[in-house]
Amino acid sequence: MMSHRGRTLTGWGVVNLLVILYALIPVCWIAALSFKDPSTLTDGNFIPREWTWANYRGIFQTSEFTRALVNSIGIAVIATTIAVVLGTMAAYAVARLRFPGKRVLIGMSLLIAMFPPISLVSPLFNIERVLGIFDTWAGLIIPYMTFSLPLAIYTLSAFFREIPWDLEKAAKMDGATPAQAFRLVIAPLAAPGVVTTAILVFIFCWNDFLFAISLTSTTAARTVPAAIAFFTGSSQFQQPTGSIAAAAVVITVPIVIFVLLFQRRIVAGLTAGAVKG
Amino acid sequence: MAEIVLDGITKRYPDGALAVRDFNLTIADGEFVILVGPSGCGKSTTLNMIAGLEDITEGTLRIDGRVVNDRAPKDRDIAMVFQSYALYPHMNVRDNMGFALRLAKVDKAVIRTKVEEAARILDLTQHLDRKPANLSGGQRQRVAMGRAIVRDPKAFLMDEPLSNLDAKLRVQMRTQIAALQRRLGTTTVYVTHDQVEAMTLGDRVVVMRGGLVQQVGTPQHLYDAPVNLFVAGFIGSPGMNFLGATLEQNALRTSLGDLAVDDRLRRLLERQDAPRELIVGIRPEDFEDAALVGERRTGQACTATVDVRESVGSDVYVHFTQEGGPAGITELAELAADSGLADTGMRGHRIVARLDPATRAAEGSPMDLWIDTSRIHVFDPATGANLTHPERAEY
Ligand SMILES: Nc1ncnc2c1ncn2[C@@H]1O[C@H](COP(=O)(O)OP(=O)(O)OP(=O)(O)O)[C@@H](O)[C@H]1O
Ligand SMILES: [Mg+2]
Repeated sequence: MMSHRGRTLTGWGVVNLLVILYALIPVCWIAALSFKDPSTLTDGNFIPREWTWANYRGIFQTSEFTRALVNSIGIAVIATTIAVVLGTMAAYAVARLRFPGKRVLIGMSLLIAMFPPISLVSPLFNIERVLGIFDTWAGLIIPYMTFSLPLAIYTLSAFFREIPWDLEKAAKMDGATPAQAFRLVIAPLAAPGVVTTAILVFIFCWNDFLFAISLTSTTAARTVPAAIAFFTGSSQFQQPTGSIAAAAVVITVPIVIFVLLFQRRIVAGLTAGAVKG
Repeated sequence: MAEIVLDGITKRYPDGALAVRDFNLTIADGEFVILVGPSGCGKSTTLNMIAGLEDITEGTLRIDGRVVNDRAPKDRDIAMVFQSYALYPHMNVRDNMGFALRLAKVDKAVIRTKVEEAARILDLTQHLDRKPANLSGGQRQRVAMGRAIVRDPKAFLMDEPLSNLDAKLRVQMRTQIAALQRRLGTTTVYVTHDQVEAMTLGDRVVVMRGGLVQQVGTPQHLYDAPVNLFVAGFIGSPGMNFLGATLEQNALRTSLGDLAVDDRLRRLLERQDAPRELIVGIRPEDFEDAALVGERRTGQACTATVDVRESVGSDVYVHFTQEGGPAGITELAELAADSGLADTGMRGHRIVARLDPATRAAEGSPMDLWIDTSRIHVFDPATGANLTHPERAEY
């Protein structure tokens, strides 16, 4: 006879399995498609009969995809860096200082995050054309930064609030300047928060399609999600399904690796032991 | 090592809260001074102002003769031990203790020897390479102490450093801190709201209430000659017993009977224009089982019914209830709230007497008690001032 605990565990196991399947099947499908030969795309098999790298070779042969990949990496990295640096400073202030208008500031930043991006696309399109940053890296980096900053400030200030204020006072008493206290005590403790935030922001920039498709017109700044939409088959009678699947896999893999790599750091509560506990 | 002088120190927080008012104190070089008082009386605020973590609103703070009001904490050369310990969780014990020296760019080898020396004193040698998360509460507390002593600073400031330890460890650490301070001879300001710590640790004790210094003196002096109701009730455990009293011709009429007023006390009361309604304070040890006193000493006998008898071996504590305790005195209400007595739901007014273990007192039966009337305190209910010891506090 199964114990109550055992039954609960099995119940949870089944639920977990369902959720995982639901999340993974589309991914596996795309991966499977990417390994199929264009002629067998529609043969109805989930697992390819004949495995081929042709799709991957194909997308890396044209500059259409590689150029987009470079754009994607560059834009996402720069936008993430700026957003996280600014977000860290803002979040620190939000968590630690009392200043007039703090609530307004937080409210405003959340307001930005809640604004539906689609409604801003056409104004941004016009503004960027006037400013001459349409179809440039900056033209994407700036909106990405703007839209990810609220997220960054919000998550980071939660992390900063977790760090006992006494630690900073202790550092001060130990003779640290404010900069030293931040660099040697606060920053190392906030690192998991910063990494988490960076990953979230990076994923946001990396996955964005709306801005990428609307604010670019050539390969100068077109990122992968947008570029995929411009894929064509090798002849006009062929669907570019295989290439699209391959490109999708290529841009998904780095994210997965990222998260796996930093997962433990993110979860670990680094501040354990600072105070009485 | 240094002399610390607080001259009219006042702290007003930006929100208008007046946390400390006109604090005057000269802390001699090497002295161990305790700040004690109920929660929210401004102890931490005072300490933080000495440390430089809080701005001083008014007054001057001098360390070694130099005004340091506007100096950053790092330029005051003072070490602080926090109630939460505030250990750096990402550094091991060695780095925690050496952090200040590292910031001061002290030679690595010197840091090493100093840290190891401190670790030896505090019995932390085998834990030097562990992270704070892997230490017990007592060990963390010692690391926090170690972080202060490796620097060899001008003064130590400690804000309730023992309040997170369990009772037994607290007693142990208390003696360790006292020994350490004597050995190092470093000026120390120690904040606590535990009056036992205050009595046992310090050379001098500063009793605070609502941001105001009530009395400064040696523990014994505070105990023997408290200037007012608040100090009298705060110092001592169990606390002083208070009774409402009416001044008659030759006696103080209380619910425990008439207490004779001797010549000295009468003269004191007359000189100070004492009102007729007074409050009498009697320390638990100034009671005795009348059967054990005999005729040898003068005093007053009375009868009361024992509610609870607690034997602690060396003494017997007897609790009994009296109707008509002093009512409407804010100091006493505050003291009761601070000690948690207000929440016990006890009716009437509780009196505690400390008796010789030979006493036959039994719960539920009446007993004859003897009161040492030469040691009673008489307070003015309006001002709270102790009329028995009218001299101002020694500063
Ligand atoms: N940052 C602040 N802003 C406004 N008021 C404050 C601030 N810090 C403390 N206070 C007020 O100042 C008074 C004294 O506070 P303080 O922390 O010095 O008390 P304390 O004696 O250390 O009490 P405890 O024993 O609880 O630690 C309190 O009434 C408190 O509410
Ligand atoms: Mg405090």
